[in-house]
Amino acid sequence: MKKRSLALILAAVMLLTLTACGGGGNKPTSPAPSTGADARKAANEINVGIAQDLSSSLSPYQLATAGTREVMFNVFEGLYKADATGDFKPALATGYTVSDDGLTYTFTLREGVKFHNGAVMTAQDVIYSYRTCASDSVDSSIKKILENVTDIKEDAGKVVMTLAQPNSDFLAYVGSVYISPAAYTDQDTKPVGTGPFSFVSRTVQDNVVLSRFEDYWGEKAKLSRITFKIFENATALVTALDAGAVDMVAHMSISQVKGLSKDYQVLEGSMNLVQALYLNNNVKPLNDIRVRRALCYAVDVDKMLELTAEGHGHKLGTSIYPAFKKYFDESLVNAYPHDEAKARELLAEAGYPNGFDLTILAPSNYTPHVDTAMVIAEQLKAVGINATVQEIEWNSWLTDVYQGRKFEATVCGFDASTLTANALLGRYESTSAKNMCSYQSAQFDAFLQQASSITDDAKRTELYKAAAKCLSDDAVNVYLQDLADFVAIRSTLKGYEFYPIYVMDLSRVTY
Amino acid sequence: MNFVLKKLGTLLLTLLILSFVAYAAFEMVGDPVNMILGTNASAEDVAALRESLGLNHPLLVRYLRWLTGFLSGDLGNSYIYRIPVSGMIGEKLGVTVILTLMGFALTLLFSVPLGIYGARREGSWADRLLTVVNQIVMAVPAFFVAILLMVLFGVVLRLFTPGSFVSFAESPGAFLLYMIFPALSIAVPRTAMTAKMLRSSILGEMQQDYIRTAYSRGHNRQSALKTHAFRNALLPIISFMASTMAEMLAGCIVIEQIFSIPGIGRLLMVSISNRDIPVVEAIVMILAVWVMVVHFIGEVVGEMLDPRMRA
Amino acid sequence: MIKKMFAKHNNWFFKAGLVITAFMVLLVIVGQIWTPYDPAAMDAAAKAQGPSAAHIMGTDYFGRDIFSRVLEGAGATLVIAFFVVLLGAGLGTLVGALTGYFGGVVDEVLMRICDALTAFPSVLLALIILAILGPGRLNVIGVLALVFIPSFARIVRTEFARIKKLNYVSLARLQGIGTPRILLRHILPNILPVLLPAVSIGFNNAVLAEASMSFLGVGVSASEVSLGRMLSDSQNYILRGLPWYAIFVGLTIVLLILGFSLLGEGLRQED
Repeated sequence: MKKRSLALILAAVMLLTLTACGGGGNKPTSPAPSTGADARKAANEINVGIAQDLSSSLSPYQLATAGTREVMFNVFEGLYKADATGDFKPALATGYTVSDDGLTYTFTLREGVKFHNGAVMTAQDVIYSYRTCASDSVDSSIKKILENVTDIKEDAGKVVMTLAQPNSDFLAYVGSVYISPAAYTDQDTKPVGTGPFSFVSRTVQDNVVLSRFEDYWGEKAKLSRITFKIFENATALVTALDAGAVDMVAHMSISQVKGLSKDYQVLEGSMNLVQALYLNNNVKPLNDIRVRRALCYAVDVDKMLELTAEGHGHKLGTSIYPAFKKYFDESLVNAYPHDEAKARELLAEAGYPNGFDLTILAPSNYTPHVDTAMVIAEQLKAVGINATVQEIEWNSWLTDVYQGRKFEATVCGFDASTLTANALLGRYESTSAKNMCSYQSAQFDAFLQQASSITDDAKRTELYKAAAKCLSDDAVNVYLQDLADFVAIRSTLKGYEFYPIYVMDLSRVTY
Repeated sequence: MNFVLKKLGTLLLTLLILSFVAYAAFEMVGDPVNMILGTNASAEDVAALRESLGLNHPLLVRYLRWLTGFLSGDLGNSYIYRIPVSGMIGEKLGVTVILTLMGFALTLLFSVPLGIYGARREGSWADRLLTVVNQIVMAVPAFFVAILLMVLFGVVLRLFTPGSFVSFAESPGAFLLYMIFPALSIAVPRTAMTAKMLRSSILGEMQQDYIRTAYSRGHNRQSALKTHAFRNALLPIISFMASTMAEMLAGCIVIEQIFSIPGIGRLLMVSISNRDIPVVEAIVMILAVWVMVVHFIGEVVGEMLDPRMRA
Repeated sequence: MIKKMFAKHNNWFFKAGLVITAFMVLLVIVGQIWTPYDPAAMDAAAKAQGPSAAHIMGTDYFGRDIFSRVLEGAGATLVIAFFVVLLGAGLGTLVGALTGYFGGVVDEVLMRICDALTAFPSVLLALIILAILGPGRLNVIGVLALVFIPSFARIVRTEFARIKKLNYVSLARLQGIGTPRILLRHILPNILPVLLPAVSIGFNNAVLAEASMSFLGVGVSASEVSLGRMLSDSQNYILRGLPWYAIFVGLTIVLLILGFSLLGEGLRQED
């Protein structure tokens, strides 16, 4: 009997708690959706929604993902720094001289630059940073460039670097070697740089907080605090935007920004990616150039843009996107105009009059790539190619497709980690570890080789353009577009600028 | 004692099977090293990281290493974040537990009165309507309820701000307000099922001999229902509620995605796509223990209430 | 036998369930032969429209006809559910029949494993394994069938263990009838009253599970259509003032589940 009453009392208590709970929920304390936004405005803060957590280490040399680099661009700086037009401007150095043979670079350091931890930057910090980057960087291309630096030393407050071979792109790489205080060991978790914003805190898979660095050497940032909120689910991200929980979201698609409330303005820029139907040039039947050309003719890029982005986006034609004005070749854009008859003809010539089966892999966490793949699969069906789209997890994509090269075709996008032609073309060199498509062309290799050793800029540009044309002529991949990048930002905010590389500069944003 | 030992044995077996299944499944899809290092890393870096995470050893070695750690109370470190798994889970587990409890509470709050009402007015038009509505509501998946609730209360009526989750520590009021809607989503289908269970269970009891005896002793239908049938009708309900609690955990995982609640479900999904095996293993173990404990409590309470068990 | 059973279950649950399920199955069969539009055909001129005479459920962002896709998606969901139940119930019955009839050590071990597995919510287990393995129709069928086996095995085992002790089975054995024949012809038909509702509820659970998996993005792949996947996509439309997509797809899922749950309920209740 006792036991039973105990159980009943327990049940009763539970019910009471519940009622209290339910009652609490009905209290009219509901915060009107706008108050959060108003409070942020009053405090001069913003919330930025991002679609992926940053990489595990925040060290300037371990920024493994594009999403991490774009956020930490606000925290770290190199001796030179790219601006919104793609020019390299003096940052932690005030200038540099280069010897006539192109082998010795002398950087004059800016005086009195402070790190976020209060220390003043010295030549020793610069030397330490270059050495650490050369040995630890997660980016093998930067490592390779720094291997070319045979000596780095301090000379009367200046930093002198000696190269084994001349490299006229060197300044672009200098922009990617971030300077960190020598012997500071907590970069992984509490990064310290010299940028306009300093790192405050990070809650794994939830948020990253930056605040204005008051001792910044240049023009100080306008906002006092930025909270990057992580939404791993695209729908949740849009919902949060609709509800006013975030003030800004970048890299959105047209369907996501359509019909946003008038609290937001939508800015259009470019993603700075080479999106293509990447083909494995090493598997049947894609090892046949006629088949690859047939694919190029079969795909109607304009219609794809119409269906996926209402016509927004830039057509490419090769592995260079338009922001690289110097190398972008307009004539390649329509090298393969949409022509189904010609595609069928080429397929028949190659021995596939009835088409073949093709599996297109698309990384499941990138909706734009999945959408593009679905449209392309439909277009390929029109010429008899039975294409199916299979989503693949990003991790598996990296392992199986990118590293393992176990694929037929995949839709994805490659960005340029530095503002150099090599960042976009280098992956097609026959011996490159990044040559996912297994493209083999002696001519292409020769163009790149020559370009990297030549110092005459006009000639170099020609060589890179010739190399890019090889990719189009050989129909290595079906080059599609540089995706339109829509940024939804609260109407009261201004000053956001697009860059020709994948970064998000928030230092000029202001209410 | 025997009973407890047997339960413990089943629990251990469950944990063993589940943990191994998860480990083996990951074996088929690869490790997180490439994702940690990104597209620009060299092959040597990849090999070095693989070795430093101990991923170069064969499956069984890694599994046994993890198992010994787990048995000695060490959940290990996250592959991705290199921090102790226990630290990553702590707060998020709390959020999910509260969501489940709230869903459970709402289920009880609505289903008990509805079930009793239906039984009391058996055959009335209200009872029939309830039965029909119940049957339909049972067929509405929690995630569809969630979508409807979010649109209605979040987007149209703007009663809460989807995506603006506030932690309990920041503001308990705002936290509870935000959690009401997700809790409702998991509660709605289960409320219908529980009300239906309770109604038929009470009606079943009313047919029993002892109720007939109660009638003959001058009790009317209402008081017979109150004093005898309800209490005994609770018995099957309790084990059903235990499974409700377990099902709600599964429901939470879907609902957390829709409402972007930083609970254990979201952590689980993200960790799976990150291939963060130690985190996934730890969460699976916690979920399994949780489910077993709930069932165990259900059985104990059931025995306490069972008239045949009363000494 | 079956006829007799159906006649016995003449309650409104059963009738309503039969009508709804028959209607949905008919719709799906029609959808396999004919749909108003090619479910995959894209049309830039008809993007994201509400319901109209031309597109009774409207169109999505690719200009695809939602009604045609719902028909195809419901078919895909049903086919998945069918194979899940077929495999799950089939293998479950096999395991349950053998262990229940013969007992012994194998029975003890298998049932302990079943206990261990059913202690964990099956949908959750399927979700975890599928999320790890990656999306795809075959993966969904395989994993769901696998997690469904233990519950069927338990039900069947209990029945076999009960019935084998009944007189008529001993009698059959004494008459020298072979074991396979006893299992198949003498016991199996007698467990149908228990098995059929379980199968029906199994369908109910399979539809729900497939929808949940695809909704979370771990179910079918991008080229494959399924109701759960469509519902997940449709969330984006709601926020853009196009609630139709979600409502139609959601209702289709509800109708499918409702039909099976009513059938199961009707089969369990005796009139």
